[in-house]
This record gives sequence, C-alpha cells and structure tokens, in this order.
Amino acid sequence: MSAELVTVSYIGAIILFILTLGGLSHQETARKGNLYGMIGMSMAVLATIFGPQVTSNTHLIVITMLVGGSIGITLARKVEMTQMPELVAILHSLVGIAAVLVGYVNFMGGSGLSGIEKSIHEVEIYIGVLIGAITFSGSVIAFCKLSGKISGSPLMLPARHWLNLGLLIASIYFGYDFVHQGHVGGDPMIPLMIMTGIALLFGIHMVMAIGGADMPVVVSMLNSYSGWAASATGFMLSNDLLIVVGALVGSSGAILSFIMCRAMNRNFISVIAGGFGTDTGAVASGTVEDQGEVVPIETGEVANLLQNAKEIMIIPGYGMAVAQAQHTVNEITKTLRDKKINVRFGIHPVAGRMPGHMNVLLAEAKVPYDIVFEMDEINDDFPTTDVSIIIGANDIVNPSAQDDPNSPIAGMPVLECWKGTTTIVLKRGMATGYAGVQNPLFFKENTRMYFGDAKESLDAVLKELQ
Amino acid sequence: MKIGVPNEIHAGEKRVATTPEVIKFLQKLGYSVAVESGAGAKANFSDEAYRQSGAEIINNTKSLWESSNIILKVRAPEQHPDLNVDECDLLNEGQTLISFIWPAQNESLIQKLAEKNINVLAMDSIPRISRAQKMDALSSMANIAGYRAVIEASHYFGRFFTGQITAAGKVPPAKVLVIGAGVAGLAAIATANSLGAIVRSFDTRPEVKEQVESMGADFLLLDFVEDGSGEGGYAKTMSDEFIAAEMALFTEQAKDVDIIITTALIPGKPAPKLITKDMVSSMKDGSVIVDLAAEQGGNCELTLPHDVNVTDNGVTIIGYSDLPSRLPTQSSQLYGTNLRHLLTDMTPEKDGQMIIDMEDEAVRGATVIKAGQITWPPPPPKLSATPIVKQAEPTPVVTEEPEKPTLLRQSLPLIIGALILYTLGSVAPSSFMTHFTVFVLSCFVGYMVIWNVTASLHTPLMSVTNAVSSIIIIGALIQISSSNTLLAGLAAFGILITSINIAGGFAVTKRMLDMFRK
Repeated sequence: MSAELVTVSYIGAIILFILTLGGLSHQETARKGNLYGMIGMSMAVLATIFGPQVTSNTHLIVITMLVGGSIGITLARKVEMTQMPELVAILHSLVGIAAVLVGYVNFMGGSGLSGIEKSIHEVEIYIGVLIGAITFSGSVIAFCKLSGKISGSPLMLPARHWLNLGLLIASIYFGYDFVHQGHVGGDPMIPLMIMTGIALLFGIHMVMAIGGADMPVVVSMLNSYSGWAASATGFMLSNDLLIVVGALVGSSGAILSFIMCRAMNRNFISVIAGGFGTDTGAVASGTVEDQGEVVPIETGEVANLLQNAKEIMIIPGYGMAVAQAQHTVNEITKTLRDKKINVRFGIHPVAGRMPGHMNVLLAEAKVPYDIVFEMDEINDDFPTTDVSIIIGANDIVNPSAQDDPNSPIAGMPVLECWKGTTTIVLKRGMATGYAGVQNPLFFKENTRMYFGDAKESLDAVLKELQ
Repeated sequence: MKIGVPNEIHAGEKRVATTPEVIKFLQKLGYSVAVESGAGAKANFSDEAYRQSGAEIINNTKSLWESSNIILKVRAPEQHPDLNVDECDLLNEGQTLISFIWPAQNESLIQKLAEKNINVLAMDSIPRISRAQKMDALSSMANIAGYRAVIEASHYFGRFFTGQITAAGKVPPAKVLVIGAGVAGLAAIATANSLGAIVRSFDTRPEVKEQVESMGADFLLLDFVEDGSGEGGYAKTMSDEFIAAEMALFTEQAKDVDIIITTALIPGKPAPKLITKDMVSSMKDGSVIVDLAAEQGGNCELTLPHDVNVTDNGVTIIGYSDLPSRLPTQSSQLYGTNLRHLLTDMTPEKDGQMIIDMEDEAVRGATVIKAGQITWPPPPPKLSATPIVKQAEPTPVVTEEPEKPTLLRQSLPLIIGALILYTLGSVAPSSFMTHFTVFVLSCFVGYMVIWNVTASLHTPLMSVTNAVSSIIIIGALIQISSSNTLLAGLAAFGILITSINIAGGFAVTKRMLDMFRK
C-alpha cells in the first residue's frame, strides 16, 4: 500500500472518528457511533500495517494484538457496571504508558533531522513523554482511589501549590537541558529520564490532592490528558491522524470536565491545573450545630407511602452503586408503574464516581431511559411530587447549597427534593457526604430517614409491595 | 419497669392511652405493660387484642394503679365514679403519671399531685420544637379535631360539599371558611377540600399563608400589616385596629359562606370572640358553624360549649369539645404513639428504666412535677416549630451582576495567545505549522461535536474516547520495524497494551449501549 493510499485511509478513519463522537451525543445514534469507531480504528491500524512504514516484525504485531485484544475483551466482559469508573481509569493509564514508550522509542531511534527542526522534534518528544507520564501515574492513582485500594480523601501536602510550581519549573529546566545536551553532544537521555520521574510524581500528587466528590471530573480530565498525549505523539511522528484524533479526544475530555465543573460550580481552570477546590472542605464540618432530630421510618411505612403516592421521584447516588441496588430499584419501579404510579428518576450530573455513572447502572438494570431525567429537566417538578426516594446520595440533595452562602458547596446546583410532600432518605448512618458537609435535608419535617444497607432495605420494601 | 394503663373514667371519653400495636414497641424498650380490663373497649381494642400483644389484663382498678411504676392516661386524674375515690389518691410515692394535665388551668390538681411525691409529665406541655413533634399530642389531637369538625359539619349541613352537574340539575359546591390555620385548621382545610368544597382560610400569622395554600384553600388577606406570630408558634392577641379590620372581613364572609369552622386560640387566654350574633343572623338558613374553641369559651358568641344549638334563622352551631374522642380508634392510636415516642426518649438504654432528664428540652417541658417538686412552668422553648419567616424584608434578589471584566482582561488571553502563535510562526518550520493547523482545527471540531452530548451518555462517551485515544497504537506500529531489538520490543509492548485498550474500550462501550433501552 502506498503512502498516498495510507493517507486516504487515515482521512477515512478521521471522519469515522468524528462521526463516532457525534454519534455518542444521542441515544438513538450511539450504537452506530460506536460501530463507526471500530471501523475507523480497524482502517487506521490496517492501513498502517500494510503501509510503507511497517517493513518487518509483522508476526510480533499479530501476536501482540491478538493477546492484547483478548485481554481487553475479557476485561470488558467481566467488569461489573459499578466498576466502570475504575476500568476507564486504568485503561487511560495504558494510553499514558504507550505515549511514554513511543516517545522513548522514537527518541532512541534517532530522527535524522538537524537544526531548528531537530529542536522542535525533541521538544515534541519531551512534551509527549511528559503528558504520557502524568496521564499514566494519575490514572493509576485514580484507579486505586476509585477501587478503594487507597483512601478517597484528598491528600493535602503543605505548600502543595509551590510543590506543583517547583515540579513545573524543573520540567522546563530539564526540557531545556534535554534539547541542549542533544546539540552539544552530551547524553540527553538523563534529563529525559529525570523528567519522566518528575512527571510521574506530578501525576500522583495531582490526583492524590483531589477528593472523592470530584472524582467524576478527574476521570474525564484524565481522559482529556490521554488525548493530548496521543496528539503530542502525533506531532513527534509527523502523523496527522494521531494529531487529529488526539485533539478530538483531548478537547472532548476537556469539555466533559468543563460540563462537570459547571454542574458542581467549580472553577474549570483550577480543575485542569489539578489539586482544586478542596481548600474549604476541611473546615466545613466544624459549623455543625444542633439541627434538630431526624425521623426514622420503618419498612412498612415506606411501602405504604409509595403505594399511596401518585408521583414518585427516585434520586440515586453513589450509595446505590456500592450496594448494587439498581436491580431492586428497577423491580420496585416496575411494581409501582404497574399500579399506575408515575415513577421517574432524577439524575444529578455528578452523582456517582464518573460522569453518567448512574445512567449506566440504571440501564444495566433495564430501567427504561425515557423515565430517567436530568436535573434540569425535572427540578421544577418536585413541588408536585408525593414521594422522593434518595438512595445513597447526599451532597447532590443538600439544600445548604442554596441557603447557606458559607457552605463549601454553596452555589452548586442541587435536586430540590425537599419541595415535595415527603422525602425518604436511604442511608447507612448519619455520616456526611464526600464534601464533609452536614445535610439539613435530613432534619426537615417532611424527611424520613430509612437507615440500613440500600440493597437490603429496598429488598424489604419490594417484598412489602408485592 | 411496669407501665399501667387504666380505664378512662371521664364521662364520654372513649380514648385509651395505649394500643396493642404500641405495646409491642414499649416491650422492645424493656417495659412490661398492664392494661385494665375494658380500657380499650370504646376505642375498639379488645382485652384479647391487648393480651395477644403481650400485655397483662388486670380487672381490679386499684391493684393496677398500685402495681405500676408508670401510669399512662389520656385525661387528667379526677374523681372515680365507681370506686368513689379521687384518682390522685390511687397514686403512690415514686410513681410517674403521664397524661393531659393542663397545669395552667388546674392549679389545685397540681398541688394535690405534688403532695403525693410523684413525677408528673403533662402531654399538653410538650414544647413545640421540631424534634418533639413526634410526641406532640396536642398536634395529633388537633389534627383529628379538625378532620372531625368537617365531618360533623357535613352531618348537619343539608347539601353536598362538592359541586356537581347531574341530570336532576346543578349543585353548587359548599363554601367553607376556616378561621385559624393551626394544626386543626389545616386538617379541616384538607378534609373540606378533599370533599370538594371551596375552602377559604384566615389567620393572623402571615407565615401560614403558604401552608394554607398548599392544602388547597385561598388565604384571605387583610389590607393591614401586623404579624400575629407569638412565642412557640402560637398566635398572640392583635391590636384593636387589626381586630376591626378582621371583623369587617368576617362580616362580609359570613353572608357568603355555608360553613364556618373556627379554631382561633391564644395560649392561656379565653378564646377571642370572632363571630358575633349579627354575623350569625346574616348567614344563610342551613349554614353550620363548628366552634373548636368551645371549651375555652368559643369563637362564636352563640356557642354552647359541649352542645349543639340551632339559631332562629336555622344556623347550626356545634360546640363539641370532645371531637378527638369521637374518633376513638384513630386518636388512641396517635396518642399512644406520642406517648411511645416520649418514653423512647426517656429510655435511652432501652432497658425498661425511665430517666427524667431535665436537660432534654422536650422532657423538661413536659415535666410539671419531679419527685414532688413543681417544675412548671418550664423556661420558654428556644425554637419555634416553624422558624419565623422574615415577612417584612423581601429576600434581596440576588442578581448581583458578575463583575464585568475590563476590556483588557477580556482580551488579554487572546493577545497572549496571538503573540505565542506569532512567535511560533516566526521560528517554526512550515512542516510543523501544517501539523499545528490541523491540531487547532481538530480541537474545534471536538468542541463542536461534544458540546451537546446527552448527560446520560457521558460514561459510554468516555469509554469510547478512551478506545479512540488508543490511536496511539499507530505510533507503536510505525516503529515496530526498527532493526534495534530493544526498540522493537518496546514498540511491541506498546502495541500490546494499546490493543487491550482498543478491544476493551470498544467492547465495554458496546456492552453499555446495548443496555440502554426505551
């Protein structure tokens, strides 16, 4: 296959990738979008393999791709839907490490360039490795945090912003050193390796400093970083396909993060820079005063309330994912809908641990997606709602985001369930949410607390309903 | 400890202080419960039902009083008609009595009880604070009274409540005016509304407007501003001018409405006279007035307490003071549950040992006698049940314009960006600039494509972009043919892990998307 044909295939792949992202914007076209993605990827890979740049070692390609592909498919088949965030995070780390590897290989292979072109090429390698390493270590930490292997609470090093700045300056210095060494005949490998170490540290530190409630943003931010890493690799290899696709992924991840940030009323710039928004979190719980008393409720009463309601709103949170309660939720929904009760779901944009986490879980449990609504679509309907059920959510239904300007979550849009007739909160105990803020919702007169594991509690309610 | 529940001896009292259901909870708290034979009969709770829930049934009144540590009652102690002794004299030192007491109205009773060296908790003195709502027997009884008031009214009223258009002609809906929107008033509004009547309501406390409207009634407003909210969520006496304006409103309404339900009470004072003789005579024949304040003298001048009378112009005035007792099963159940909640608070260890904790605001408020010492009246409660709404100051509209960035600040990033680009352009070779153009354009395409993505698809989108970002495999593929074994090996490893990502990413996206269904 000639270089021109390869380029044509690349253009085809690029168009297919754009259609993929466009297709994923809507339910109806999403499946087709995913298919476009697969075709695009196959086209790109095959064109490269049969193109002029691959001349030998094809057997290696076949073996590694078969092995890697089967590992990937096994992972995808086995993963629990509740573990999606972890899976996505660890997959990001693979892109990161690949970028680092390609950068090193490219550098060690030599470029045959000279002068300004050589310098620019080296800067491209340097940036590609830098972003790749950050993506790698950051994703690994995110994976550990999401899977509970390390604590989800933010690690607050003293002077952490100065530390970040120091790491940045060091990277720039070694970048200069790397290019300079190459010109004067020294060993540029050393600054490159030192920088890789620094970038790994930087990735670790950046994600360590981010608290559990912000994890959805972290995941989509790392998604963005993996795109930029691919793009930088494209520059390094003078490959437009990589540049375009990397930029597509990078900007789409950044926009997703931006949408998340807006949903949480956080500053986008400080998110991208890492280590954000948790300054006020620690002091927040100090202002807890006697807010009154919570009213617990028993299973029978919950079932009664549900049966006698006309409009029910279910608001799931991370607790539903932890307890794996989505199937029971679906059963309850079905039972109630058979009784001509209008059951709807209200999904906060940052419910769960990654964007859209709740939608995936509900879809897994076969909850029809046309009764699942976004916050903005249903927030005005709460005054006519008879019963709202909060399943393992906390900060996203916290009225102090609206009432208390001193609250760390002040200004964050929340689901206004307290405007309904009755709110039932399923919760294991009286712990605060990830933001560490007390929730006045629990003390409202029309709120009933239903303590216990979400799955067990809902199973009991379902039994009662049937 | 042992709880004893005696027969209610007040004439016409049908309630009982506990129900079989409540007994189960009391036993969980560690108490044993004894019920006097026939105590629940008038409220439809048989001795057998009590026995089944684990209570002991005692026939002898005296031995019940004697053997119990805690006596639960509805009415305050009075002369026992059968035994011919005062119930106060049945109490022994160290016992605890929990019932309605009305300490303000019954000072001599308090003195008498104090001499017995016992503990007395008055259910009517539970403070109106949020956390004590579950034991607030006044509210639960008022709720029942409000409901029953409408039922009584409908019984004497000669028409439907709801409007209908039938083959036999059109029926106009009844018009109901509820004066005083406390718990009883709100319950009356809700009941009348659900029967289909047109309901209006008036209250001196403007903060209840929202509650009234939420129950489906129109809130009548005066052209007069004065806040009638008193301490502890109750109303207070209003100024003369206000009362004049209020009376004018009632005079006008009386001519129009079919049913008036009055629930206006001010704590510790005789009920205000709101419906005058003239107003009653201006009402239509067949109209009904239910006066829930009858026991405190009545809101209507013509009310006969505890009785029903019909005026010359055919207006029925109901002055029953035992409305909760007219719904005995329901009121016993709610009252018993109120008592149960109070005892739960007083039994922190769930070991059947009751502790009167004077630090507990609810218990402190209810305790009128502790070990023979009169502790009434309690210090005023700190919080109103409904936090007083700041009516006077309208919430400042928070439309503070975000600080308009100056022109310089707005354009600074653009200028810097342009400078960087120009610097880059001046040194970079054209091959780089071609790639750079492609890069910038792609960023914009990504932005355009992603901006309108549905929130529910965020996770699949992320996993698909993750798969797509493995396009970096191309980088590894290009280098696999290196003659250097080390480099080829590294490239092969790169291909391996990116293939994991490609296959895993697309497969998991497909799996997720297949789950979404209508």
